[in-house]
Amino acid sequence: MQANPIDTRQPSTEHRSRADTRHDALFRRLLKGCALLVLAALLGAALSTLWGGREVLFGQGLHFLTSSAWDPVNDDYGAWAPVFGTLVTSLIALILAVPTSFGIALFLTEIAPAWLRSPVATAIELLASIPSIIYGMWGLFVFVPFMSRIEPTLSDTLGRIPLIGKLFQGPPLGLGLLTAGIVLAVMILPFICSVMREVFRTVPTRLKESSYALGSTTWEVVWDIVLPYTRSAVIGGIFLGLGRALGETMAVTFVLGNSYDITSSLLMPGTTISSAIANEFNEAVGVHRSALIALGFLLFVVTFVVLLIARLMLRQLARKEGR
Amino acid sequence: MSKSIRFTPRMGLIAVVVAMALGGTAQATDITGAGSSFVYPVISKWSASYAEKTGNHVNYQSIGSGGGIAQIKAGTVDFGASDMPLDEATLDKFGLGQFPDVIGGIVPAFNVSGVAAGKMVLDGPTLARIYLGEITKWNDPAIAALNKGLKLPDAKITVVHRSDGSGTTFNFSDYLSKVSATWKSKVGEGTAVKWPVGIGGKGNEGVSAYIKQIPNSIGYVEYAYALQNHIGYAVMKNAAGKVVEPKTASFQAAAATADWAHAKNFNLLMTNAPGAEAWPITATSWVIMYKQPKNEANSKVALDFFKWAYANGQPQAKALDYVPLPAPLVKQIEGYWKAEFKL
Repeated sequence: MQANPIDTRQPSTEHRSRADTRHDALFRRLLKGCALLVLAALLGAALSTLWGGREVLFGQGLHFLTSSAWDPVNDDYGAWAPVFGTLVTSLIALILAVPTSFGIALFLTEIAPAWLRSPVATAIELLASIPSIIYGMWGLFVFVPFMSRIEPTLSDTLGRIPLIGKLFQGPPLGLGLLTAGIVLAVMILPFICSVMREVFRTVPTRLKESSYALGSTTWEVVWDIVLPYTRSAVIGGIFLGLGRALGETMAVTFVLGNSYDITSSLLMPGTTISSAIANEFNEAVGVHRSALIALGFLLFVVTFVVLLIARLMLRQLARKEGR
Repeated sequence: MSKSIRFTPRMGLIAVVVAMALGGTAQATDITGAGSSFVYPVISKWSASYAEKTGNHVNYQSIGSGGGIAQIKAGTVDFGASDMPLDEATLDKFGLGQFPDVIGGIVPAFNVSGVAAGKMVLDGPTLARIYLGEITKWNDPAIAALNKGLKLPDAKITVVHRSDGSGTTFNFSDYLSKVSATWKSKVGEGTAVKWPVGIGGKGNEGVSAYIKQIPNSIGYVEYAYALQNHIGYAVMKNAAGKVVEPKTASFQAAAATADWAHAKNFNLLMTNAPGAEAWPITATSWVIMYKQPKNEANSKVALDFFKWAYANGQPQAKALDYVPLPAPLVKQIEGYWKAEFKL
């Protein structure tokens, strides 16, 4: 507003523009306040978890980060097992959800007949609105029994492959890291898929048409035109899903098995940061409570690091594209 | 009750008003309690019936024992409820008193094909060794010795425990500590412990679901959950060496034979009770109140509520598979109120 030249010849307009300037300033301050509120809330949450967990974070220091012991009776706490479980389940979820979302989004924007597009898109958005406790219940009562039936087959087939075979050996409990990862994948799929679909639609038709005119196949158009055009937004969508996977609590608690173990097998139970907190916070007192709050702080740190990596990757890409 | 008999004819009051007079208030009072989730179902049932009778409302928030203790210490509620008793030093420091409210049984539950509920016998040391990971197969000699004639599979045992902190875990691990020195030194007792083996289910319902779904698993749940979910539960050899079934009578026997008389402030866990008929893993939770509360009127109503519950709350408790306290214990609690609470 200030940049615009003000017409001084007409006093009424001058009066008007002064009022406008005042209102604009007020509006700017209001918006700034909103933004600062978010920052303040974030900082407050981070600091209060740091403060609540100080007894363990500073009292046990490095031991808390590296140890995998979790012994509430003797107040010996280590965060490694929950951190490990959080990262592994989220990674499995990403590995499964990203290609699937990509496929769905492509189908909906490039291949599907027009009448099918909007019902499927709506269905995917509905998936996103299912509360996580429902996913947990479904996981526990429907998916876990199913997994326990197919896990022996997994052990006999994938489990025989050298190197990655170890990941698929174990008792067919039906619950564990793999099951939790798959449930998480279903949960984050709609988020990633919606973002991808939206940005794929922003690709100008003339770019695609030109490519088709030059004789490209659909796959070539997608890989060489659509994806490069939308790359940064797609990665943003993936990290949105990852953020949700890292913090997901209830659904994971039901199907993960909740044991503080670090195993080489994906069929074995584990625990995550958020499910450990959800499980034990109610009855925790003293150092135990402090350890759980410290876990909460660690989740902040883990999420922050992951988002930081995402930012760096985006910047790298932007530089490569010469923007 | 003698008071009401004296008052009623003279004043000509209806029963509801008499009950209010007993509570020490002329109007309906709202009191609040918070703590253990173990007693939540029965307290909310009691509260509804009590409100019908007296007009006084008892609002109970199931926030966990730790929260209940913190809230009563801070004086934000009229009573707290905890699955763990407080020790004498803590009680004295804050001027608190505590007493048991209702009994519940914890049962080992299993999923072994071909073995029906109540057909498997276990004892404390064997259970401890299973949970320590020392016994890994169902046909282990230790289990077979207790179950002569029972066909046990050559299958690996999957141990299931609670993943959330709970009074059930506290009583179960306390029992294992009492019957196994190894358990006591390696694991100990608490609302959450460092489990040597096994997977964790959230809540009684989570553990029940895991046991139902995983063949050859064993876990521990409140008796009601084993019944409602139709999962197999074991019978236990108790401290007296007798094999007992989990049922109202054996839970009450544990409460009756536990040495309450010598337990100051009822600071006693009923696990491994000595009685011949006593179920070995019987639990209660404790109501914690200020002996000299700031709000006397409310605390009077709270005591009256529990008095009413001991006398009249049995059907509701039984319907929810809790067990009412045996009469001698109720008498002892009422004596404790008179002696300790300045109300």
